[in-house]
Amino acid sequence: MSNLLNISPSPHAHGKETTQKLMHGVVVALMPALFTSIFYFGIGAVIVTAASVISCLVFEYLIQKFVFKKPVTITDGSALVTGLLLAFNLPSNIPVILVVIGSFVAIAVAKMTFGGLGNNPFNPALVGRVFMLISFPVQMTSWPVPAGFKTGYADAVTGATPLAIIKEGIKNGESVSQLMEKVPATIQMFLGHMGGSMGEVSAIALLLGLVYLLYKKIITWHIPVSIIGTIAIFTTILWLINPEKNADPMFHLMAGGVLLGSIFMATDYVTSPMNTKAMIIYGCCIGILTVIIRVWGAYPEGVSFAILIMNAFVPLMNTYIKPKRFGEEVKNG
Amino acid sequence: MLKTFPSGGIHPPENKLTSNIPIGYLPVPGNVVIPVSQHIGAPATVIVNKGDYVKTGQLIATGNGFVSSNTHSSVSGKVSKIDTIFDTTGYKQPAVFIDVEGDEWIGTIDRSSNIAREITLSPDEIKKRCFESGIVGLGGATFPSHVKLSVPEGKKCDILIINGVECEPFLTSDHRLMLEKGEEILIGISILMKALKVGRAKIGIENNKPDAIDHLTKLAAGFEGITIHPLKLKYPQGAEKQLIKALINREVPSGHLPLDVGAVVHNVGTAYAVYEAVQKNKPLFERVVTVTGKSLSKPCNYVVRIGTPIGRLIEAAGGMPGDTGKIVSGGPMMGKAVSNLDVPVVKGTSGIVVFSENESERKEPGPCIRCSKCIGVCPLNLQPFLLMKLAELGMFERAEKEKITDCMECGCCSYTCPANRPLLDYIRLGKATVIKLARQRNLK
Ligand code: SF4
Ligand code: SF4
Repeated sequence: MSNLLNISPSPHAHGKETTQKLMHGVVVALMPALFTSIFYFGIGAVIVTAASVISCLVFEYLIQKFVFKKPVTITDGSALVTGLLLAFNLPSNIPVILVVIGSFVAIAVAKMTFGGLGNNPFNPALVGRVFMLISFPVQMTSWPVPAGFKTGYADAVTGATPLAIIKEGIKNGESVSQLMEKVPATIQMFLGHMGGSMGEVSAIALLLGLVYLLYKKIITWHIPVSIIGTIAIFTTILWLINPEKNADPMFHLMAGGVLLGSIFMATDYVTSPMNTKAMIIYGCCIGILTVIIRVWGAYPEGVSFAILIMNAFVPLMNTYIKPKRFGEEVKNG
Repeated sequence: MLKTFPSGGIHPPENKLTSNIPIGYLPVPGNVVIPVSQHIGAPATVIVNKGDYVKTGQLIATGNGFVSSNTHSSVSGKVSKIDTIFDTTGYKQPAVFIDVEGDEWIGTIDRSSNIAREITLSPDEIKKRCFESGIVGLGGATFPSHVKLSVPEGKKCDILIINGVECEPFLTSDHRLMLEKGEEILIGISILMKALKVGRAKIGIENNKPDAIDHLTKLAAGFEGITIHPLKLKYPQGAEKQLIKALINREVPSGHLPLDVGAVVHNVGTAYAVYEAVQKNKPLFERVVTVTGKSLSKPCNYVVRIGTPIGRLIEAAGGMPGDTGKIVSGGPMMGKAVSNLDVPVVKGTSGIVVFSENESERKEPGPCIRCSKCIGVCPLNLQPFLLMKLAELGMFERAEKEKITDCMECGCCSYTCPANRPLLDYIRLGKATVIKLARQRNLK
């Protein structure tokens, strides 16, 4: 026996959960989407993902080591998740140098200037993505047409995303029923055979990820379900009002980044609300904003902006929307 | 669906190593140290002097005032000194040191093994007997039982809740007691019902003790008004408010007592002690203690005289393992780590858990990733991450508004935090400061 007994206070037991395990859980949940994106976009997907992940890790390492001069914690998995998510939001033919710049913005600007993990108000991957979208609009909106390893990287054939086709078409006075001929069928979109960012295309892969996240209790259902539900309801209403001007709800859910955003981006621990009531409100607001941007805004896609806007409200929501305490309000049956 | 309390709670590994080990009798030690204030409430007055000869069961300190309790000698022998010690809670306390000579009990105790079924005492006599016999809550809180049996003017109690949950990992003393002394416990419950003048009692037992549920259900057929209720396994179901919610779906308001919703909660161990006090005239001077830990060679359950140094229990359980890092009095979730082996067993000691150095090491805390898991597991729906931050920053007013004082220190938040943040350590400090500040404010 050691002479000194440890007399730290209770509890004297700790669960098995660690930050690293949670982050690695997210990485596992992202794997189906990664595989499908390699399947659809080939070598480009591999290059962009590797560039993004490696540069996020390197920036995090350099900043922790030389700027913060604190112990390096890149093994906690958070930079890995940011790197994957950033890549998933990019087209598979984007030049590596732009990926590195995007990673720098995500890690150095959006995460580390606020003090690192746990302190950033905005989702780092999304900040990186939106920064790139605004700075390099051409490269960020040319989407390779999925053709597996035939897609190539620098020489990829590009086309518009279904959302952009619809948006442009409606602007030009075409009816939705005509436009629907030009976009992939719903089943194709469900599997992921369409133009778009690497990680967002395959609904089935993302939903598999969701099931895993829920099963492992890494996230709760509140945020994804409230976003998806709100978008479904809102677009159904618009569609019922005028089916010739508005795409149907299934299309809205399958096309673009709704699933990637609601399952993986909006649920980021650090930048989402901390209690279930606030989570649902947050999710509903993201859903409404997404549809508003898609239908009336300048961009065909609105998920990233909607999430970033709502990120800004999270501190406020955490302060004013609180869980009901046990014994606070008493109704006895 | 089995009942449980609605929000929060965790499922720590049960580690009930001793559920199948019958209660043994730990031999009377060579000397005991009996702290005289083994209860929440006013300190007691020692009524014996150095050099006095005392018998087992003899009164050695009397309670002062209503919320206080008597203390009896657990052995026969000579009082060697009266001094202060650090008890398991880390506070200094007066204590009576006795050198054991034989084991001579006071004559009034009925030492026969017959079960005394007929309850002859009146409600007031029962309360008086509980006070005289030094009965306190044996679940760990050690609140004087006679106080809980006295329903104040204007309040009404319509149900007695009996806690047979034993939700702390490792501990099995209540479980064994229910199996081995089931009938005595039920008589004890009937006595409590009589004292409270209530017609029904519900015993809550978690479904990891099916044998105890079966056994008591069978026995309870012969007792009017007592029913057994299996509960879904979840920590901290043994907390009074959570147990009441689970069993009768009443929510005790923040800052109130169970009596405010018409319920009184006693533990099965207490019911047994009440049986012994009322039917056998035996004061509370021994209790069942689980001595356990993965590294112990013979974990076990023992009836132990109050005042026995815990080193004796560990010896009886196979001796202190070489790699011991921590010894906890109570369960792993809410128990207190002790600093040495001379610390005596007190009335609230339900178990002694030995942890190896590995098991007792705390991991390095990381930054809060705002995963909200701590909120999800808090049975009171508090926001532990926020309370910790407020306590850390010294923002006590805000902490008070966020109801830091509601925290029951169950430890679910610290247990769960993936970043290993010592949430409860800070909350405990913050809570103590907030209570102190509130007291000062009230004085002004
Ligand atoms: S469980 Fe830990 S990391 Fe998660 S929110 Fe609470 S304090 Fe932060
Ligand atoms: S220790 Fe306090 S704050 Fe933490 S879970 Fe228990 S009641 Fe909630």
